[in-house]
Amino acid sequence: MIDKIFYILSALTIICATLVVVSRHPIKSVLFLVATFFLISAHYILLNAQFLALVNIVVYAGAIMVLFLFVIMFLNLNKEIEIYKNYVPWFAALISGGCLFLVVISALEKTQLKEVDLNGNFNLGLVENLGEVLYRDYLLPMELSAVLFFIAMVGVVLLNRKEIQE
Amino acid sequence: MNHIPSIIQTIPLTHYIILSTMLFVVGLIGVMVRKNIIIVFMCIEIMLNAVNLMFVAASIYYSNTAGQIMVFFTMAVAAAEVSVGLAIIVMVYKNLKTTNIDMFNRLKG
Repeated sequence: MIDKIFYILSALTIICATLVVVSRHPIKSVLFLVATFFLISAHYILLNAQFLALVNIVVYAGAIMVLFLFVIMFLNLNKEIEIYKNYVPWFAALISGGCLFLVVISALEKTQLKEVDLNGNFNLGLVENLGEVLYRDYLLPMELSAVLFFIAMVGVVLLNRKEIQE
Repeated sequence: MNHIPSIIQTIPLTHYIILSTMLFVVGLIGVMVRKNIIIVFMCIEIMLNAVNLMFVAASIYYSNTAGQIMVFFTMAVAAAEVSVGLAIIVMVYKNLKTTNIDMFNRLKG
């Protein structure tokens, strides 16, 4: 049962990601990207990583996608601006991407993965465990990410300020 | 009570590696092919999410928290990166009136 769910979810994820790449309207791309993020969150829930599933929905599907939609509507880009005149870049990209995929798969053939220890703790993805680790062992990176957000905010405001006319 | 998620017993980790590699390749093809810089940005997000999925899967299978902490910080950095990147796109659009990547070579000083 659960393997069928996994394979259907995986197929839907790949299809939605492909539609992001091939659809011509930017708005359609954004909507398929939201669908992709929700499907990846479903994968996280299957993996019992509930905190990251929620954070994925809130941060990606909530904040980042709203930002994308806002910029697309703000710049009035909701029209087909790309006309595919030649398909040579598509072929080149497909071949090189396929080569990367084949390299990873053939490396995987030779790899001995470590056996999964079934006595381990599988509730790591819950908020209580993850929060404890985050605020005890990784406190400094946590604070540094706050500094990073502050710098990003200052940078964005500085980039988009009005030039003062002399 | 330690309950083992049933996905670990049915799906091998190899399938997650293949899935995230396919997602990564799809994003990579998008970055190489598309001309609209906003869609290139979205493809970068797909690649980041593919790597996140791999991190989470490995972290759950080997019951190690470090992978999920890494994903958390990746999301934080991605949010900051997207906000700065979109601000740059808006600035470039104000100057060039286009989001086509091929026109961006006019930026060279």
